[in-house]
Amino acid sequence: MSEAARKTPYQPPTEELGPGQSSYESMTDKISSIVLTTRTPLSWFFGFAVGFLVLHGFLAGVGYLLYEGTGIWGLNNPVGWGFAIINFVWWIGIGHAGTLISAILLLFRQKWRTSINRAAEAMTIFAVLCAAQFPLIHTGRPWLAAYWLLPYPNSMGIWPQFRSPLIWDVFAVSTYLTVSLLFWYVGLIPDLASFRDRAKNRIAQLAYGFAALGWRGSAIHWERYEMASLLLAGLSTPLVLSVHTIVSFDFSIGIIPGWHATIFPPYFVAGAIYAGFAMVLTLMIPLRRLYGLDDFITQRHLNNMAKIMLTSGLIVGYGYLMEKIMAWYSANPYEMFMMDNRMGGPYGSYYWALILCNIVVPQLLWIKKLRINPLVLFVVAMFINVGMWLERFIIVVTSLHRDFMPSSWDMYHGSFWDWVTYIGTIGMFIALFFMFIRGLPMISIHEVRTLLPIGRKKD
Amino acid sequence: MMEEQLTRKQLELSEVRSLLAESEGVEYWRSLDELAQTEEFEALVQREFPEQASELVDPVSRRNFLKLMGASLAFSGLTACTIQPSEKIVPHVRAPEEIVPGKPLFYATGIPLGGIATGILAESHMGRPTKIEGNPQHPGSLGATHAITQASVLDLYDPDRAQTVLNAGQISTWDLFLQKLATALGVQQLQKGAGLRVLTGNVTSPSLASQLSALLREFPQARWHQYEAANRDSVRAGAALAFGESVNAYYDFSQAQVILSLDADFAHSGPGNVRYARDFAAGRRVRDGQQKMNRLYTVETTPSPTGSLADHRLGLASREIEAFALELASRLGVDAQISGAAAETADLPKKAAAWLTPLIGDLQRHRGSSLVVAGDQQSPAVHALAHALNQALGNVGKTVHYTDPLEADPTDHLQSLRDLVVDMNAGSVELLVILGGNPVFDAPSDFDFEGALDKVDFRVHLSLHGNETSRLCHWHVPESHFLESWGDARGYDGLVTILQPLVEPLYRSRSAHDLLAAMTGQTGKAAYDIVREYWKKQFSGVDFGNVWQQALHDGFISDTALPSRSVSLKSPLILPPGTGVQPEEGELELSFRPDPLIWDGRFANNGWLQETPRPVTKLTWDNAALVSPAAATRLGLKNEQIVELRLEESVVRAPVWVLPGQADNAITVHFGYGRTQVGRVGQGAGFDPFPLRTSRSMWSGRGLQLTKTYESHPLACTQDHHSMEGRPLVRQATLDEFLEKPDFAHHMGHDPPEDLTLYDKHDYDGHAWGMAIDLNTCLGCNSCAVACQSENNIPIVGKEQVLNGREMAWIRIDRYYKGELDDPEIVHQPVPCMHCENAPCELVCPVAATVHSKEGLNDMVYNRCVGTRYCANNCPYKVRRFNFLQYADRDSESLKMQRNPDVTVRSRGVMEKCTYCVQRINSARIEAKKAGRSVTDGEITTACQQACPTEAIVFGDLSDPDSQISRLKGSPLNYGILTELNTRPRTTYLAGLKNSNPEIVEG
Repeated sequence: MSEAARKTPYQPPTEELGPGQSSYESMTDKISSIVLTTRTPLSWFFGFAVGFLVLHGFLAGVGYLLYEGTGIWGLNNPVGWGFAIINFVWWIGIGHAGTLISAILLLFRQKWRTSINRAAEAMTIFAVLCAAQFPLIHTGRPWLAAYWLLPYPNSMGIWPQFRSPLIWDVFAVSTYLTVSLLFWYVGLIPDLASFRDRAKNRIAQLAYGFAALGWRGSAIHWERYEMASLLLAGLSTPLVLSVHTIVSFDFSIGIIPGWHATIFPPYFVAGAIYAGFAMVLTLMIPLRRLYGLDDFITQRHLNNMAKIMLTSGLIVGYGYLMEKIMAWYSANPYEMFMMDNRMGGPYGSYYWALILCNIVVPQLLWIKKLRINPLVLFVVAMFINVGMWLERFIIVVTSLHRDFMPSSWDMYHGSFWDWVTYIGTIGMFIALFFMFIRGLPMISIHEVRTLLPIGRKKD
Repeated sequence: MMEEQLTRKQLELSEVRSLLAESEGVEYWRSLDELAQTEEFEALVQREFPEQASELVDPVSRRNFLKLMGASLAFSGLTACTIQPSEKIVPHVRAPEEIVPGKPLFYATGIPLGGIATGILAESHMGRPTKIEGNPQHPGSLGATHAITQASVLDLYDPDRAQTVLNAGQISTWDLFLQKLATALGVQQLQKGAGLRVLTGNVTSPSLASQLSALLREFPQARWHQYEAANRDSVRAGAALAFGESVNAYYDFSQAQVILSLDADFAHSGPGNVRYARDFAAGRRVRDGQQKMNRLYTVETTPSPTGSLADHRLGLASREIEAFALELASRLGVDAQISGAAAETADLPKKAAAWLTPLIGDLQRHRGSSLVVAGDQQSPAVHALAHALNQALGNVGKTVHYTDPLEADPTDHLQSLRDLVVDMNAGSVELLVILGGNPVFDAPSDFDFEGALDKVDFRVHLSLHGNETSRLCHWHVPESHFLESWGDARGYDGLVTILQPLVEPLYRSRSAHDLLAAMTGQTGKAAYDIVREYWKKQFSGVDFGNVWQQALHDGFISDTALPSRSVSLKSPLILPPGTGVQPEEGELELSFRPDPLIWDGRFANNGWLQETPRPVTKLTWDNAALVSPAAATRLGLKNEQIVELRLEESVVRAPVWVLPGQADNAITVHFGYGRTQVGRVGQGAGFDPFPLRTSRSMWSGRGLQLTKTYESHPLACTQDHHSMEGRPLVRQATLDEFLEKPDFAHHMGHDPPEDLTLYDKHDYDGHAWGMAIDLNTCLGCNSCAVACQSENNIPIVGKEQVLNGREMAWIRIDRYYKGELDDPEIVHQPVPCMHCENAPCELVCPVAATVHSKEGLNDMVYNRCVGTRYCANNCPYKVRRFNFLQYADRDSESLKMQRNPDVTVRSRGVMEKCTYCVQRINSARIEAKKAGRSVTDGEITTACQQACPTEAIVFGDLSDPDSQISRLKGSPLNYGILTELNTRPRTTYLAGLKNSNPEIVEG
């Protein structure tokens, strides 16, 4: 703490915190009341029920898949990957915002992130869980893939084939999930302790107490907590970049035109951030409304997230442009055909829908008035959610369905079961998220408290 | 909605044409759908929840599951740890002493089709015939086979085969049948057989004929009729027109330099086709110093495999072909007169007329080394003209030989059946014995065979399957498959082939010999004795034991080929009235053809044949009304649209398939589909065009009326998409261009340097297997594909799965068109696994289930595969096949016996692909090692190579510089596809050549 800072009178960060929140108590009350209330709002039951029901579509889809085989999906011989891989990449991409917000923005000391990072991290974990369903079930024999993809010592001396990006994926995704989970949990500890102290119900007290690991809020606890957060943030930051880089290797290592491109890693990472922020907004805007969290998630947050979305969206747009330019510049007939086929082939309208969703509509965010309008922002975020799914569809399907041998070209259509399984994971995601907001503080109490003048580090 | 659906399927031919006109780089195109680029996307949008939705609600598969669960519980104690068939189906009661467990034995026998036998070797594993191969010694095979031949082994094990004697649909016994038959024959005895009729297919079998004549001696008033739907009446009638007698012509393509095919698919169907294909291809092979090529001109109604190799090909309707032949004959000095009123002769189509002068010049320059061949479906007049042309060109005795007829009793099938129907309708037939065949299904519709049959008191049918005819007969006797019964038959040149069984009949089936023996008072006499005794009589005076032994060993009785004989051409040639009359403007002709694979319907329950793409259309599981692109534009027809075809009074509904190269004024339908009593495989496949086929229009009918409907029927085409997009996959030049620039193929692609890889080079020891495929001689006949299916236990997947793009063929034949839409060149390219040196599939597999062998094979480890499908995605050749569902039939006991025990039966979720027949490589390597020598060149043949009638596929060891494959790889024609990807494929191609006549300007 410098001397100069000590002398400067403190200006409350009005844009980061609404006028209704002025004390530690009001904030803790507000956030913990959502969980520790005696009455669960009907809307929660409704939301959870929808998610839980839809989740059963996923269970049915996987059950039938295991019984009948991969053939229940729309895959065929040129198009060996379809919805499963599209959904995997889509979910993994969504799972980027949480870590980005909590790790990178923490390192950059972006205080405004505090009111959204908890939910975003939860979202990350749930999205990665949804994503993690697919690599296994997409294989022809999941019961073997489940352990053959792992390098376990065995008497036959058989190891995975380490040149395959799918093996890299196994490590990248599992590492990411582990670190994200740890980071999230460590961040939860002080709040769990608050819940432990405030809970009236004996079972809740025990449960929160157990999870709070004996947190007493001592200075040593806080010091260790800060250090752990910092270390985990440092660990997570490269992971944010590496996971999607490695996911992009699944494609760019292949020789298929439309996959085999050096731009994939940065382009995928940007796309992931884009998708992640869109999903954060998709969740936060209704939540903010539902639970009256306007004081925590303010216009400043919306504005900042919109700006990040716009930026990453422009990088993604650059990626699209470069794909076309490289196809042209390479003078490689296969690449050129691939781009022409994407834009004018049978899936051309998918491509242009993607451009509309990911490039055209988000340009609205240049206008500040729209950036802080929750409704507009929600609609734009929905467009991006759809657009990012379409992007993965375009990458996976249009590259495969017409590659080198015209004789083998064919069309791909997602089957009924493809859709059921996909939508089922959305149900799983919703159900998990509703369970999260019912059981855990969806906003990091101890972190938002630092936004108050009193809690703010005087620096 | 219907209308909407139709528009979605529609492709605008005018648009296609303009697209073609606009395109610059695009030289090859594959299908109209692609050129129009319209349909797929809309289909996608409209069908978000497509095919598989039905699986959940399918009660049948659920019930099957429960049934199987129950059965497996019940039998778990019984089956213990063996999956071998139980004793009752082990065919040899006493195992022959040569049997070594695990080693196959080969027996020479023959496959009869339309009465004509082709020599084969049947592979037997522990007494089970598992695979059919050509008999290298048999002149009709020379080691190769037709696709049908390859697939015939599946018929033996067909679970839907007739298995017991049925009386009015109820299970009965052979003894009971014999009692009833004896009673009926007793009645006939009294009236000298006046009410007895026997109906057979085409019979060339001398022993069967002798039994039939014995029967006719015993019942002098009885009659023997012959009928086959795919008969050769025109051939017989044509010979009669030309020579006034019945003769058999066979050809020597090895001597023919210039060949004119008048709608003859000689290298793919009809007697001797396998041999003809071999000789014809030998004359086209420009390698090892040979720089000459024969030249084939083809006029044909529907593009055929043979026609696709033609140097000049023209699509003409039957009547136009007749006029073409007539014009050609008259200009070559054949004295032909048409009886009756002088017919108005319209002009030949422009293109055909432009051909005549150069063609005549070419034929005249090659007197004695030219050949004119007419197709079985052409009119007798065309056949007579072809005989006359060969005579005029001095080809007789050189490229065409005449013998006595092959048939034991050469009759006109149509007339024979007509006589039978007349008798049946008159009520004079009391006992009808039908040996094989299916006349209720395939007789001309105006005969109303079914109605006539009803008037016969005692009807017996002997056949492999219970079919439409069996259902209407009092007694149905299951017939033995040719692999389980004794017999004999003549080949295309008259050579007698002994059909020897490899197994005891699987079921209580009987052969025609058995049934005829029972009818001639020799009940119980074995077919073996009948055949052997017949031939013993023919060889009286010599040591017959040796002759017989040799015949069984070789598969044929040597020196039984019919001797060449002289013929005298009638002059003037009197042709039937109406010959050469041109169709009226806009008049459509309907052409009938037997299906190239399921033939006249007899193989409709054979899944391999159903799922093998038809050679040119690439359709599976269906037939279609084949329409030329111009006619489709004119009539406003789209692919898969259902039309009503009306010929005379009959109407048939058929889906349309637009086929480039089809004659403009003719619509072709293949018969054999639309069977109603067929079995689980063939049920519901295709439509039945037989109602249109009357005795007046056996091969083509005039005045076809076509009505559009707004319905559509999905057709499972394996390769309906796309152009070659200017990619140099099939490389081709004319012979002259080749002679000028022999390495033209190399200039059409780009080969990167060999060291351009991050990884260490594979280190090979010993052999290096490789393959070369000669595009110059590939007919696209699919023999290789069926042989591969049989050798490698490749499952069939059914129409729905083919529609989904999940066919499993390890070797597929890509077909591309080149040039104009209406009259394109057709090229074929077989694509097996390339066994790349730098295989893209190998490095992406996460579990190392596909690995490189020390001999350069790209091996697939089924046990290790978890099915990520990454390898298939990354394979630029798209030769990998995934078991999306449990495709291999694990339940049908009889099918288990067919499987090759040396090849794993794959389970669901596993990737598979061509292995270069690694089991054959290993077995040869083991044999060589045991003998202490190295594997010799030619010792290993892959299944595809072995079956190929034109020897287009060559396999061998690249590390041996003297091997055939090494020599071919050194040929300037040798090139690899997609080598610019640095895959370095082990399978390469020899570029195709066309020996065009410079005087004919194409286009």
